[in-house]
Amino acid sequence: MTPFHLEVRNVRKSFGRKVLFDAVSFDVRLGESFAVTGKNGSGKSTLMKIICGVLTPNGGSVRYVVNDKEIPLSHVAPHIGLVSPYLNMYEEFTGEENLRLFAKIRGIGVRQDDIHGLLQRFGIFEHRNKEARFYSSGMKQRLKYCAALLHRPALLFLDEPTANLDDIGIAVVREVMREQRQRAALVFATNESEDLSFADRVLDLSRLKIG
Amino acid sequence: MKTALKSLLVLWLTAVIIAGIAVPMVKSPSGPLEFPVIPGLEEKARNIFFHVPMAWTSVLAFFMALYSGVRYLRSKDQDHDLRSVSAAGLGMMFCILATVTGSVWAKFNWGSFWNWDPRETSIFILLLIYGAYFVLRSAVEDEEKRATLSAVYSIIAGVTVPFFVFVMPRIMSGLHPGSLGDEQGSGPVVQMNMAPNMLVLFFASLAGFTLLYLWMLSLRVRTARLEAVTNTIE
Amino acid sequence: MVTPIPYQVFVKEVASEFRTRYALNALLMFVVTTLTMVVFSLGDNTVPYEILSGMLWIVIFFSAMSGLSRTFVTEEERGTSLTLRLLTSATNVYIGKFLYNVVLILAMSVFIAFAYRLIIDDFVVRSSSIFWTTIVLGGIGLAAASTILAAIIAKANTKGTLFPVLAFPVLLPLLLTCIRATVLSVEGAFFSEAFKDFQILVSFSVVMIAASVIVFEYVWND
Ligand SMILES: Nc1ncnc2c1ncn2[C@@H]1O[C@H](COP(=O)(O)OP(=O)(O)O)[C@@H](O)[C@H]1O
Ligand SMILES: [Mg+2]
Repeated sequence: MTPFHLEVRNVRKSFGRKVLFDAVSFDVRLGESFAVTGKNGSGKSTLMKIICGVLTPNGGSVRYVVNDKEIPLSHVAPHIGLVSPYLNMYEEFTGEENLRLFAKIRGIGVRQDDIHGLLQRFGIFEHRNKEARFYSSGMKQRLKYCAALLHRPALLFLDEPTANLDDIGIAVVREVMREQRQRAALVFATNESEDLSFADRVLDLSRLKIG
Repeated sequence: MKTALKSLLVLWLTAVIIAGIAVPMVKSPSGPLEFPVIPGLEEKARNIFFHVPMAWTSVLAFFMALYSGVRYLRSKDQDHDLRSVSAAGLGMMFCILATVTGSVWAKFNWGSFWNWDPRETSIFILLLIYGAYFVLRSAVEDEEKRATLSAVYSIIAGVTVPFFVFVMPRIMSGLHPGSLGDEQGSGPVVQMNMAPNMLVLFFASLAGFTLLYLWMLSLRVRTARLEAVTNTIE
Repeated sequence: MVTPIPYQVFVKEVASEFRTRYALNALLMFVVTTLTMVVFSLGDNTVPYEILSGMLWIVIFFSAMSGLSRTFVTEEERGTSLTLRLLTSATNVYIGKFLYNVVLILAMSVFIAFAYRLIIDDFVVRSSSIFWTTIVLGGIGLAAASTILAAIIAKANTKGTLFPVLAFPVLLPLLLTCIRATVLSVEGAFFSEAFKDFQILVSFSVVMIAASVIVFEYVWND
């Protein structure tokens, strides 16, 4: 794995006049695992969106440095994966079509074997030719994991990693989190105390919160 | 602006308005206090001292709204949006005034209030753009989003403005003074051959109305800022 | 075999359209309805070709408004705009969507143009080269302006009615030029006579696309 560095500096976000957080700073490097916790509405999901570059902060900076070269936020797609309740699949496409679409729009080639391997691992191989609108919420969550892992991202972002999953699903996710931490880097937002054992460092947004 | 400057502006505009209405028009002017008669326009030519500055101001206001919109996009500073919407509001007012003065004049000169002359059409489109700008703003609740979307719309509308300069004369034949029947002359921009003293008064009026607009703009921006602060306190 | 990303976005739009058939069916019905109304309102009257040329572009304009308004609204409604933002840059999304709109509009206006010439006997085009060049260039310009405006209205609260209101003043120079060129095509003018109009149409599209590429990310990113 090539060395990389995620640098978050003084990130500030407010909706209207309501300040959600002010001056969030942290670093994540190869081999690290970083957790974000905080009450409901403390801004965990918002922070994850900002770091992934899908939401613009009101201040501060998010930088990705891969191999000592800074990558603009608009081009980090091939390096990151995100599982989030706010990330929706295309309902009119099948599970497998969604995965291919994700890879293509990210601008990377994938092999059929890799796609099928992941679908098998997450137990939705049999449903691969079903349109995503027929998936249950747990199956959708599993499909999101496949989409996030397909390109073997340097950084994996998980917002509520075990949401909607059954025990088998949770076990697979735990395994994925362990692997990702060893292979590359992991950032996740959670309120489950068990998840926190996967983290090297924890940021509590409730304590940080101002105003 | 300083009080002295403001008083000066009021005096200036009063003088312009009085001169525009009262300076006599005679066949062969004998001094700077007499205007020559323009055949076909006669007394109706006085409208140029009021109508054209208003049209000019509404165009200026549009580009100032656009400029503040660009500044907003670059800085995300709500104050620029305040300037943008203030300029657009005044621009729309001047645009309506220009349309009305032009239309009344057209009634007496061409016989009907509206003739779809290239310049009438141009000012009407500017009015439509202003209208669309404010409809868009009213359709967005979120402050940041409203500022961003209206700034982007003003840019998109702004880049089409030059096309009217080329397109209009090709589509319609001009009735408007200054058209001279040729393609260049019937664009939205007026080119006029005026007597030197009329030209002086015309530019004096142009400057006066521009300064009046800038003064009104600064007042509007200041009240808008105060309103924004009051809203935060509530 | 990694092909350009805007093309992948374009392919996604096409595939999605063939799956859901939303825009195409609605658009087809809209076009058929409008053309029928035009035919009924004309009746047996002989209508000057200038009016007929204008009406053709009225039909094309409102069909485009109905067909393209949902370009970005569907992404916002289904919550997939965040997905798309995660996967690629704003510029790639814009170009992909624009290409899709160009194809949709060209298919639509070619269909309208054929149908119009077929059912309205008084509308006789003497210079086909001018006519079809106008349809193609006009369609591209229409798609260019509609794409960025569709992105704007997708973020506003009242989506449907806003589109034509925003689009009309912006598209007027394009529409007036298209109508004029269509009149020339009926008059059987030489291609060179319409050349200035084509220049206007091309530069309109170029300016609109360039401006859109610059401002799109401000609209697209939350
Ligand atoms: N687009 C938005 N507009 C206004 N408020 C928002 C928006 N998105 C999130 N919020 C508010 O921000 C706060 C934090 O939301 P979120 O990041 O989802 O919290 P968490 O994931 O920690 O539960 C909530 O109070 C939510 O209502
Ligand atoms: Mg959350």
